[in-house]
Amino acid sequence: MKRYLSHPFWQGAIVVVASYVAFEYVIGYVLPVIGVASAPVPSSVIVEYMLIVLVGVLLYMSADEDRWQRFREPIRATMVQPDRRTVRGILMVAFPVLIGWLAYERVKPSYAAPATLRAVHPAPPNQLTFRGETIELTGLENPLREEGSMEEHLAVGKRIYVRNCVPCHGDLLDGQGHYAPAFNPVPADFTSSGNLPQLTESYVFWRIVKGGPGLPREGTPWDSAMPAWETILEQDEIWAVILYLYDQTGFPPRTWEEEGGHE
Amino acid sequence: MKRWITRGVATRGVLLAVLVLAVALPLLAQAPGPDYGEFNFLGLDRRGAVWIAAQLHLLFAAFVLGVPMFAVVIEAIGMFGGDEKYDKLAKEFTRLLLVAYSATAIWGAILVFFLSTLYPRFWAYLTAIFAPSMWVYAGLFFLESFTLYLYYYGWDAWKKGAAKKAHWCLGIMLNVWGTIVMFIANGWLTYMMSPPEGLTADTAPQTVQLWSAINNATWMPINIHRLLANVVFGGAIVGAYAAYRFLTSKTDEERAHYDWMGYTGNLIAIGALIVLPFAGYWLGREIYEFSQQMGITMMGGFMSWLWIIQAFLIGILFLAGNYYLWIGMGRIPGAERFQPYIKWMLLVLVLGVIVWATPNTMIADRDEIAAMGGIRHPFLQVLGVMSAKNTAVNLMILTTFLSFLMYRRANKDPVVPWARAGTMLQGAAFALCAVIVVFYGVYGYFVTAIVRIGFSVYQVLAVLATILFVIGIDMAMLRGARSRGEIRWGRMPDRSQYALLILAVTFTWLMGLMGFARSGIRQHWHVYEVIRDTSEQAFTPALGPAATIISICVLIFFGLVGLIFWLGGLAERSVYQEAEAKVKAGQEGRAALGDPMPAPSLGDVD
Repeated sequence: MKRYLSHPFWQGAIVVVASYVAFEYVIGYVLPVIGVASAPVPSSVIVEYMLIVLVGVLLYMSADEDRWQRFREPIRATMVQPDRRTVRGILMVAFPVLIGWLAYERVKPSYAAPATLRAVHPAPPNQLTFRGETIELTGLENPLREEGSMEEHLAVGKRIYVRNCVPCHGDLLDGQGHYAPAFNPVPADFTSSGNLPQLTESYVFWRIVKGGPGLPREGTPWDSAMPAWETILEQDEIWAVILYLYDQTGFPPRTWEEEGGHE
Repeated sequence: MKRWITRGVATRGVLLAVLVLAVALPLLAQAPGPDYGEFNFLGLDRRGAVWIAAQLHLLFAAFVLGVPMFAVVIEAIGMFGGDEKYDKLAKEFTRLLLVAYSATAIWGAILVFFLSTLYPRFWAYLTAIFAPSMWVYAGLFFLESFTLYLYYYGWDAWKKGAAKKAHWCLGIMLNVWGTIVMFIANGWLTYMMSPPEGLTADTAPQTVQLWSAINNATWMPINIHRLLANVVFGGAIVGAYAAYRFLTSKTDEERAHYDWMGYTGNLIAIGALIVLPFAGYWLGREIYEFSQQMGITMMGGFMSWLWIIQAFLIGILFLAGNYYLWIGMGRIPGAERFQPYIKWMLLVLVLGVIVWATPNTMIADRDEIAAMGGIRHPFLQVLGVMSAKNTAVNLMILTTFLSFLMYRRANKDPVVPWARAGTMLQGAAFALCAVIVVFYGVYGYFVTAIVRIGFSVYQVLAVLATILFVIGIDMAMLRGARSRGEIRWGRMPDRSQYALLILAVTFTWLMGLMGFARSGIRQHWHVYEVIRDTSEQAFTPALGPAATIISICVLIFFGLVGLIFWLGGLAERSVYQEAEAKVKAGQEGRAALGDPMPAPSLGDVD
């Protein structure tokens, strides 16, 4: 056993297998058991990670001539030595079968929707029209922050959210509303640090006003079921619900930079 | 002389053609006619044709602008340091420029031809604004080409004293002309991205002020970014040339020379790469400031996936650059003592690449999305944001610098009395820097986006300050250091040279991909929000077709570069073969006399 553990080839194999176990099982299944929010890692990401690990292992093994020679020993022995004929024969059959099986898995007919490559945030326009009124989005701030009572605005926002948004975005604002499982993509999770704090209020305003139909042509298909709320809500109601979202999640909105831009 | 005339005629012919096209075709284009010309060649449409011509022109131009920058520095090292091998190396770098220069001009001519015939109305629009600068451009191009010929062909004639200094000044002038030429062309393309305020589709191009059109929001960031990137690219291509020559070498001397040349090229490329992200960051900020829409399209919108591909490619750059140094330590006596650290440095790099390549929103099927509760992974999403990625890349830069430091110190033992304290100080600087980078990386999760942006500046400044501080100590500490033995140049396994080739290919691919991102964020505009693209190609291609076109460009570029390498090697090979023949003849003669022959050293032949 010790002989194997000290051999570069088996060390490399152990690192590869251990990495796979960590990515596939530890992140996917062990972390949730110990109370860390996690889920199985998508296969596309597993492939990505394993490729990086494999390259890392090969680079380490070949960075030193002696280690590289030792690493190749078992491979070479399996390929040429007469006493390894059985192993060689098994590999000669197993390897093409494995490739064939992988190819079959990729091309066999499936009814599942294909994995999609979605953009993080659609690009907003510089201006929009709200029932015929043109509004410049660049530099636009939430007007309700400067006028009236914040308590009242939040109360309005809460009422709007509960009446219109809860079915999809959920009462916890986590995108897990009653209708959510029927949608692909699922509704936005406002509690995620990747959403609201990354966006200016003007951006959220645009997304609510124009909804899925107002998304840009680039990056399609968006497949968004979000309605264009400009036909139902007033401007102030939309600004109020935006205040409510930021207030409830505790995230500050992204602010406009005077000299620089965004991240 | 004959070769000069032959090569000169080819390039000047192309230059003349460009000039004629630049002047005549816009005039023709101003006549009433269609907005777009027809083009279909093996399924390639007009946009694909312009794309390929522009990309290849840019790749060759980057090479011919980058190489003179470090050729002139290396010549100065040879001139002021009195070591002739540097002078020879600078000359060999410059020789590669001659054919590459013609290729740049040829692809430039093809680009102008395509633009003026396939986009006649838009070309007329651009020339109406930029015509005076196009004349200056063409004039400087002439100056640049003649300066290059004088610089290369005068190398051996002006080798001593004041003549040598004058020759070096020619190299500086070559850089000055080239830089101005690039700045002018950058003015045209950045105008298309970020035109001055107040322009509309109805603004007559003749009324647009030339200087305000050139000095637009993204002009200077692009200038600086390209200036640095040209050095990186030039170094990488020179490294690839050296690798090619190393792999085809027949003698130990040839191998030793090209091993050294490859090392130098790699050092230049990786050294300049370390500061390149600053310029890129500045450009990104200017793009955001100019247009939020453009900025989000680039970083968070449909271009965001390009950054994952970019992360992979930059990961390859870091891994290959470090790998080359680690293998290179095998030919340095005394480097064995640093071997145990390699696996830890590799671990940092691999983890860094993993962090950088973790997408914010993942490619997942319906079941996987359901399991994650969305397209963000509940655990891995912390790695998908800029705080994590900035931390990872800064630690990778720091690790790469540590590799270089070990390589530099491998065969040296400092003799200064404060050597131990100096080494501890260097170690403390590394540790402090890592703490600063990680601190701001973690803290970034707890502050607003606008504050977090500033953190990346602190992280980068910490890394740069550490590099300067540590290298300063190292230079003072290794003064008069005891040598553990000379570097055995040429004693490198072939796979090390493939690392150099991979670096060059990766840089080229990266330039194509990022160039597509920069240009593609204009979306369906020729000039952003001023002149709309009304052709049938008024859409931004998806990543797959874009990657195909870029890969075709990379293949064509390396096909042509391979030709240049072969041509560049013809003359040099004969010198080495002559030297080899001399060595053989000498061996036979000495063997007959019973006299053992001393081994020739680096620099005996060239």
